[in-house]
Amino acid sequence: MRLLAAFGCGGLFGAGLLVSGMTDTTKVIGWLDIFGDWDPTLAFVLAAAIVPMAIAWRIAPRRKTAVFGGPLSPPPFRDADRGLVLGSLAFGFGWGLAGLCPGPSVAVLLFGGWNSLLFLIAMLAGMVAAPVLRARIDRLAAG
Amino acid sequence: MQADWIWGLVGGAMIGTAAAAYLLLNGRIMGASGIIGRLADGSEQRASRSSALENLAFLLGLALVPGLLWLVIGRPATNLTSQPVILIAAGLMVGAGTRLANGCTSGHGVCGLSRLSFRGFVATVFYLVGGGLSVIFFRHLLGIS
Repeated sequence: MRLLAAFGCGGLFGAGLLVSGMTDTTKVIGWLDIFGDWDPTLAFVLAAAIVPMAIAWRIAPRRKTAVFGGPLSPPPFRDADRGLVLGSLAFGFGWGLAGLCPGPSVAVLLFGGWNSLLFLIAMLAGMVAAPVLRARIDRLAAG
Repeated sequence: MQADWIWGLVGGAMIGTAAAAYLLLNGRIMGASGIIGRLADGSEQRASRSSALENLAFLLGLALVPGLLWLVIGRPATNLTSQPVILIAAGLMVGAGTRLANGCTSGHGVCGLSRLSFRGFVATVFYLVGGGLSVIFFRHLLGIS
């Protein structure tokens, strides 16, 4: 049941990305292109996505466990740090370059051809390399 | 197209409902970069086999359902670049950046902003700034598209 629910959530997420046009890289780049042919679609997507999730965050504390058992994942409390800022900037740079972020990169896999597979492989490599980069940044910052 | 924003709202509501359901049903946070990244570096499998399977099922749905739906709704184009150098450079930055920041558009954007998280807000501002600068630099100054 847990696996089926997880599959369903992933499927709904992917269907939402496709329906909203977020699997079309020109719409994503168009949103970031404020000096070009600006496309506001992404703002509508994000705004609409936040509403159900905000309701879920209000329901979650009243429940001890998730519907299918197990703990309700508590929101991670950490401070905004160097990794958050530098990582987000780097992510934004790559996002603006190709128009794909991690969710859509998986959602387009079956119809995005070899190009989307190449992007995914590079993204996985970047993810695996991140801890090394983090150690490096910390060493540099420590002087 | 004029109807784009309506489809944006519909798709966005589906994305938010998926995130809400993953939290309430499975007790998990729907952050794509965390789900993919922890499976890629093996930390999810080491922590718990069952939670790794659960996230694998999530990713299976994330790939299969839009793949099928794509056939039904007229095969919309991804318009993804076919230049290998751009794909590799962008992929590396997206992968490393989201893991350094512990989140991406779904984790910090949808799940973070919806609970008024300071970290989510900071991350969202910086990836939007990074994305905007990237388009100015690569598209408008270097002419890459």
